[in-house]
Amino acid sequence: MFRAISRSQISLRPFIRRAPACRAFSSSHVSRSDGILNSLDTLTEEEQLLQESVRRFANEVVAPKVREMDENEMMDPEIIKGLYEQGLMGIETPADYGGAESSFTAAIIAIEELAKVDPSVSVLCDVHNTLVNTIFRKHGTKEQQEKFLPLLSESKLGSFCLSEPASGSDAFALKTRAEKIGDDYIINGSKMWITNSYEAEIFLIFANVDPSKGYKGITCFAATRDMGIQIAKKEQKLGIRASSTCTLNFDDLKVPAANIIGGVGQGYKIAIECLNEGRIGIAAQMIGLAQGAFDKAVPYTYQRVQFGQPVGHFQGMQFQIADAATDIAAARLLTYNAARRKEEGKSFTKEAAMAKLVASRVAQSVSGAAIEWAGGVGFTRETGIEKYWRDSKIGAIYEGTSNIQLQTIAKFIQKEYS
Amino acid sequence: MRPSPARLLNILVPVKRCVDYAMKIRVNPQQTGVDTNVKHSMNPFDEIAVEEAVRIRERLGDKVKSIKAVTIGPSKSAETLRTALAIGADAAIHVEIPDSAPSPEPLGVAKAIRAVIERQKEQGGVDLVIMGKQAIDDDAGQTGQILAGLMDWSQATFASKIVVDAEKKEANVTREIDGGLEELKCRLPLVVTTDLRLNEPRYATLPSIMKAKKKPIEKLTPADLGVDLTPRIETIKVTEPPKRVGGTKVANVDELVAKLKEAGVVPT
Repeated sequence: MFRAISRSQISLRPFIRRAPACRAFSSSHVSRSDGILNSLDTLTEEEQLLQESVRRFANEVVAPKVREMDENEMMDPEIIKGLYEQGLMGIETPADYGGAESSFTAAIIAIEELAKVDPSVSVLCDVHNTLVNTIFRKHGTKEQQEKFLPLLSESKLGSFCLSEPASGSDAFALKTRAEKIGDDYIINGSKMWITNSYEAEIFLIFANVDPSKGYKGITCFAATRDMGIQIAKKEQKLGIRASSTCTLNFDDLKVPAANIIGGVGQGYKIAIECLNEGRIGIAAQMIGLAQGAFDKAVPYTYQRVQFGQPVGHFQGMQFQIADAATDIAAARLLTYNAARRKEEGKSFTKEAAMAKLVASRVAQSVSGAAIEWAGGVGFTRETGIEKYWRDSKIGAIYEGTSNIQLQTIAKFIQKEYS
Repeated sequence: MRPSPARLLNILVPVKRCVDYAMKIRVNPQQTGVDTNVKHSMNPFDEIAVEEAVRIRERLGDKVKSIKAVTIGPSKSAETLRTALAIGADAAIHVEIPDSAPSPEPLGVAKAIRAVIERQKEQGGVDLVIMGKQAIDDDAGQTGQILAGLMDWSQATFASKIVVDAEKKEANVTREIDGGLEELKCRLPLVVTTDLRLNEPRYATLPSIMKAKKKPIEKLTPADLGVDLTPRIETIKVTEPPKRVGGTKVANVDELVAKLKEAGVVPT
């Protein structure tokens, strides 16, 4: 990815602590030729085309199946196939490995647009791209990349296996063991809450090769389903029901040492890094969700007439609608700024945590309001508005709970201010 | 296998940037036209045209030498060219007019396309022009026919099926007409205008969007082409249609006839 820096007119003076520069970022590949920064919601032409394309795909191919997938708690394989055909399963992967060689922000845009229609489809695409693909791209050897990335770009779904029954937020207290025997590792243990696992073929499993070293023994292994991974209980969830969430059991699972990603004991670092990026993806999913709920409910309020006027014209409603739109816009700016910062190689951990924290809150509040705006109709499953509210709850829980996000942000502040 | 150069087809696809079909149309306050401060996209019939050109290439392979998209419009029209490139066109031509210029009329557009076709002579000319039957903003439905007339080429309008034979330089086109379907065998060069049922356009995939970045867009002005796009028609006033008044239900045919007589639309 090129980086044409055209910031000659803006000097890099240290910022005043109290007023962090809101124009501190320059999405250099969208800078105007006069060196002045663009507005924060500017997208490149390619990003606009992609947004249009994914929006259409989501509205025409995904939308008709959303209700059925939710009621059946099952992702339609045709949808997954469609995502591959659209090139959305290898967004940042180099073209040599069958990917689109596009940017991180392009992935964020795709995730957001998909979430406007179905947050379950969105999270499938998000985990596959921002967690699984990213790990292979960043930490895989050339052989590993050649072996796995094309499969991931073209047809095989990926899954990220970190959480366990006894370790969620305290991820690195994981208990899954990997014992070295010759050229292989024998993995024993269980993973829980694993997204995509029902349909996935490629699994990134975090296991500890030497518990005496604590988290420094955690290692990332690439495994395929046919190695003998047992997909056990599929959870019945409140929301994102079409996204499969299963328990995995490893019973003397044999994985060749050649499948270790990034080196022995690097699992902690790998997981932390990519979860930071993944947070921006979840933030995008949440703002898409909020927008989807908003877009479904608001037009209805301008049509539903009570007491002689559309309910959306009553001032009380107008204020609520305006509030919701403002919240979504603010969350979107946080999300896209975090994405651009990451693209520019700037530190983005705090910004990503803020984005996910706020986006998941906004998703909850806006989708909840959307149900109320649509009244009884909003409460029935037929219109699909209530689904957004059920789907939104997970936003505050997975890929780092809101309390963890707050903790992360607080740590940065403490460091800055003390 | 090396096809002889004379058999390679060059396809030209004119496209137009219009108000998006899903947008609610409102008359502007000056009553001179429609509020254009809304989302725009490629004319849906033109999307079908681009898709058909790409499908013809998928069917005929190497026999299609090039697919070029062309648009006559202000700077923002370049977006539609990018979309055409992302769907599968090889190159694009933007005949740029000032943002303040009035919308070109079908005759002007056809003349500009003719000039573009003449310019393509050095690169092997144009064998097939595929374009939308009409644009959804003015619904004129004239440009294709005028172009065929200006070029003295065959034309097949409202196509619902096109089968091209590159060897024989012929095309079999099925047209949708009032009475049903008409099949025409046409000699190339040919102007075809697309109808809704010709195909369902694909979504531009991300890899093809990324590839489109590298495809060339040639910029021209009407002056370069020696074409005058001054409108010959002046729009005096645009108003919304009268609001629909509610109707009534009638009990039977006799009552219906009585009411029609009452309204004076049926002779008593």
